[in-house]
Amino acid sequence: MGNRKIRFGVVVFPGTNCDRDTYHVIKEVAEEEAVYLWHRERDLRGSQVVVLPGGFSYGDYLRSGAIARFSPIMEAIREFAEGGGLVLGICNGFQILLEAGLLPGAMLRNKGLRFICRFEELEVENAETPFTLLYEKGERVKMPIAHIDGNYFIEPHKLALLEREKRVVFRYRENPNGSLNDIAGIINRGGNILGMMPHPERASEAELGSTDGLRTFLSAAKYVRES
Amino acid sequence: MKAKIEVFLKPEVLDPQGETIKRALHTLGYDTIREVRQGKVFYIELDEKDAGKVIEEIARKVLANPVIEDFRWETEK
Repeated sequence: MGNRKIRFGVVVFPGTNCDRDTYHVIKEVAEEEAVYLWHRERDLRGSQVVVLPGGFSYGDYLRSGAIARFSPIMEAIREFAEGGGLVLGICNGFQILLEAGLLPGAMLRNKGLRFICRFEELEVENAETPFTLLYEKGERVKMPIAHIDGNYFIEPHKLALLEREKRVVFRYRENPNGSLNDIAGIINRGGNILGMMPHPERASEAELGSTDGLRTFLSAAKYVRES
Repeated sequence: MKAKIEVFLKPEVLDPQGETIKRALHTLGYDTIREVRQGKVFYIELDEKDAGKVIEEIARKVLANPVIEDFRWETEK
């Protein structure tokens, strides 16, 4: 029983482009189960963790993530999350969670107006979430970012609340995009929905320059396995 | 009927694109420009029935993100 595989659902919208990398890492590197979930579906097919991967859902039309949140699968994800299910939004997935109101705040265009694609050093601020329990608090990790709308914004009193409740999970060591308080990833109050701009799936194999991201998936699997 | 809906960043939200445009204008010698804010305009055609209500609703739900943006609208026959 202790070794049963955890099933990750990888959501695919038109324009998502990190779905295959994410699926690959979950299945071949983390050695868990992975299924694709097309955005028109309403059934999460037994997923125990739902991942909204990166990309450009609906071509980033209107605002990044703004159209994807109306896809039928989002209703199922909302219900799943309300029941305590683990949801991980990466990059565009994070933007979708913000637009859907599952996480607070919004993304503005990067301060320098450029699309930035490079490794960033992050600090793990909270190692007690289901997605970071295999990290150490204060640990520095390397993961790449790849976005133009990653400048996190939230009203000052809500920012203070996020900080007070230790809901900033990852922080940039050197702020690349103007994000308030160097925020790279946040979690909801219930502690089951994580949004992060860096790409853990692109930092899960040594050949790609870092394996620091792998523990994000391993942590989630461990959490589900032991709960 | 036709409606025009403008969506713009709230005053307290930084507008990196507007800032950059302002700097470019200064570079071109337009010293009188004090501020530039970039926004979006939607031109919509819709039935007259409940038009105001519909416009308010779609602006709030879809066209604007209320965390960072405000909107205003007007109609023409």
